[in-house]
Amino acid sequence: MDLTLKIWRQNGPQEKGEMKTYPISGVEEDMSFLEMLDFLNDKLINEGIEPVVFDHDCREGICGMCSLFINGEAHGPGRKVTTCQLHMREFKSGDTIYIEPFRAKAFPIIKDLMVDRSAFDRIQRAGGYISVNTSGNTIDANAIPVPKENADKAFDAATCIGCGACVATCKNSSAMLFASAKISQFSLLPQGQPEAKERVLNMVHQMDLEGFGNCTNTGACEVECPKGISLENIARMNRDYLFASLSSNK
Amino acid sequence: MALDSKVPAGAIADKWTKHKGEIPLVSPANKRLLDIIVVGTGLAGSSAAASLAEMGYNVKAFCFQDSPRRAHSIAAQGGINAAKNYQNDGDSVYRLFYDTIKGGDYRSREGNVHRLAEVSRNIIDQCVAQGVPFARDYGGLLDNRSFGGVQVSRTFYAKGQTGQQLLLGAYSALNRQIAKGRVKMYARHEMQELVVVDGKARGIIAKNLVTGEFERHSAHAVLLCTGGYGNVFFLSTNAMGSNVTAAWKAHRKGAYMANPCFTQIHPTCIPVSGENQSKLTLMSESLRNDGRIWVPAKKEDAEAIRAGKLHPNDIAEADRDYYLERRYPAFGNLVPRDVASRAAKERCDAGYGVNKTGEAVYLDFAAAIMRFGEEEVHVKGLKNPSTAEIKALGEKVVESKYGNLFQMYEKITASNPYKEPMMIYPAVHYTMGGLWVDYNLMTTIPGCFALGEANFSDHGANRLGASALMQGLADGYFVAPYTVGEFLSTDIRSGKIPTDSPEFEAAEQAVRERTEKFINNNGTKSVDFFHKRLGKIMWNEVGMARSEKGLKQAIADIQALREEFYADVRVLGSANGMNPELDKAGRVADLIELGELMAKDALERNESCGGHFREEYQSPEGEALRDDENFAFVSAWEFTGVPAEAQLHKEELTFENVELKTRSYK
Repeated sequence: MDLTLKIWRQNGPQEKGEMKTYPISGVEEDMSFLEMLDFLNDKLINEGIEPVVFDHDCREGICGMCSLFINGEAHGPGRKVTTCQLHMREFKSGDTIYIEPFRAKAFPIIKDLMVDRSAFDRIQRAGGYISVNTSGNTIDANAIPVPKENADKAFDAATCIGCGACVATCKNSSAMLFASAKISQFSLLPQGQPEAKERVLNMVHQMDLEGFGNCTNTGACEVECPKGISLENIARMNRDYLFASLSSNK
Repeated sequence: MALDSKVPAGAIADKWTKHKGEIPLVSPANKRLLDIIVVGTGLAGSSAAASLAEMGYNVKAFCFQDSPRRAHSIAAQGGINAAKNYQNDGDSVYRLFYDTIKGGDYRSREGNVHRLAEVSRNIIDQCVAQGVPFARDYGGLLDNRSFGGVQVSRTFYAKGQTGQQLLLGAYSALNRQIAKGRVKMYARHEMQELVVVDGKARGIIAKNLVTGEFERHSAHAVLLCTGGYGNVFFLSTNAMGSNVTAAWKAHRKGAYMANPCFTQIHPTCIPVSGENQSKLTLMSESLRNDGRIWVPAKKEDAEAIRAGKLHPNDIAEADRDYYLERRYPAFGNLVPRDVASRAAKERCDAGYGVNKTGEAVYLDFAAAIMRFGEEEVHVKGLKNPSTAEIKALGEKVVESKYGNLFQMYEKITASNPYKEPMMIYPAVHYTMGGLWVDYNLMTTIPGCFALGEANFSDHGANRLGASALMQGLADGYFVAPYTVGEFLSTDIRSGKIPTDSPEFEAAEQAVRERTEKFINNNGTKSVDFFHKRLGKIMWNEVGMARSEKGLKQAIADIQALREEFYADVRVLGSANGMNPELDKAGRVADLIELGELMAKDALERNESCGGHFREEYQSPEGEALRDDENFAFVSAWEFTGVPAEAQLHKEELTFENVELKTRSYK
């Protein structure tokens, strides 16, 4: 395949970036999108041009590190895939492909296509846990049965990989799908109840502090989410938030 | 130095309890005076950092990824073992201990493995308390499945994403401590050097990967939780960033490397498709619960398939060779990984491989889909259902069990595994070898500990499925938090370790020089060029089958490659700021040295055991021939300057609770 790549290059957080054009030939259909970028980088190195910087690690769709905005879509064309799971057979020879970083005020660019998503970690630290110390003396795992339906829903919410596609896709750069996934997981489980009110209030507060926008129910995040995290989680978070706001002692 | 494993005396079932009771305590007031560095935030690192911080120590945690949640434990799929016996199928701590020792082909340490089996039950309790959403049955209780090499159902799971759920559980515990200020987290930081002061590990030089700056961090103890080194093969199921640098730097500073040649080649991975491939993807071993592995029984059928003239669905049942069921009737498709991998290689080498490259076998769900479908028909009380209806119902069940794996497979290969059998082939997955540690998980450098895949202790020559997650969390939650006390209790008067000592100065200087060398090298070839060549040498000569001649050649080839690498590698950009190519160069440099040591270790071990298969030592039927008379020991290598000239120290393995037997799964 012969392709024309238009790639965002930016040397550092404070520097001006621009789209640069790189023609490339010899791309194979079976390459993953990131292998295509490896292939490009190898060529660039041979030509003495600094390779394109992008985040990636597991390359099997689970670590959440890869984060490209391809032809105007987070993780590119195709549904329920991360960039690393996207293959070049989705494109055809002669295509021009636009590759940009995930853009949001709360995700500053580090270099080229790599962004800083540490805001997500700070949201988790605001309450995305159950306060139980390691002891070896917790009660037997089967002492609290959890209805299968709730356990399955909690699991579905917990499969969020924290990639930030929801934020990059949202016109408001909202992180509500991300935050609600963790809040829902614990909200659906008996273990999460004691801290439920504090959790939702604190995590939403942190989300606002980080500069993420609010949700206006467009639903684009759900469409682009590589793990298919459901909008239902945002509804549950909103309900929990309202309940906590009205009944919290704070 | 004589190796002392420090396994406590006494009956095997009492050792850990007794030892825990005897470890000197550090008072809460003194814990506040002690600093601990944890490198790596996978299952072992996150759980250790969180637990130590809960206890009151000051913890600094480091990871090279942009968030601790992205460590490669996240990619573990199938499950985690625990001797809960919820299924009432005769499981017990002893049976898990026994299965692990046997599965490891009698090359692991009894004391450590028994402790692992004991604490396995606490792990499940702890994780459930954290809100880890394990799979449950309709009664709301936890569900189990089976893994290779065992005859009970003791594996807890969360679909095909068990590693993700366990890591996010440990990450949440870590977050709680970060929020309290008990753990200071350094993401996008990579350890570059271990600092040893007066013979004790007292800190690290870390690189801030965003700014390129080198930072000095001191502590009273350093825990390396940095995973395995499968990336020495270039193509593996490891993440792109997984590397051996932290462990290798410790090795160069005096930590012995144990059994480095014990590599796990996982039987069920998606086959290699092309030259530009960057990594291989695992298809969980849990699939072998329901999938059946086969190749055509007739060579002409295999040839027709390779030529694209025949479809696997058109091969009659009688013309299929379910070779694992044929060779190992007692365990069938659930034989341990090393056995399954070698059997696949044997069939493909004999000309029965089923993809273009001839290096693939089938993993077929057709029978399972029909079986599940019929169950559903029964449950739903349907009358005279058509085959298509049964199939559709069965596919639903398979989807609920393995949905994400099937989706992953389809995305990569563009083939639908519900309709045609998957193609799989063995790939490098895990490394049983690692830093030598004693019963307290301390390396031969006092104060330097190794946890999880980074150490060698529990899996012998072959790890059983769903045991890596168990070991990572056992070490991090339940072992190291106690055992570091033995070392730290002598350190309560040391005070803060200064970072302006000559040792820190020298360590930082060494790192700077290495970095400068890469940047100013002006070579002509990219880092990947060398990494790929290293991978080829390792896969061909130090992979699934090894021979004396091949290993000697490998050592010579790797030494030549190392020279060429330093002379000709090209790293663009500068040392200031983000430069992933530069970071990769440092990692590959260490992998090259490690590869040489692995070949040396494989060459010296004149037997076949577990994942280490020497062609010279096999039975007429092609089974591995272990030599307990001469090789029932751990090879612990001391660095002397050149990896191939490392000095061997032996830790003899004694088996008091398990009888040494030929491992048979027939």
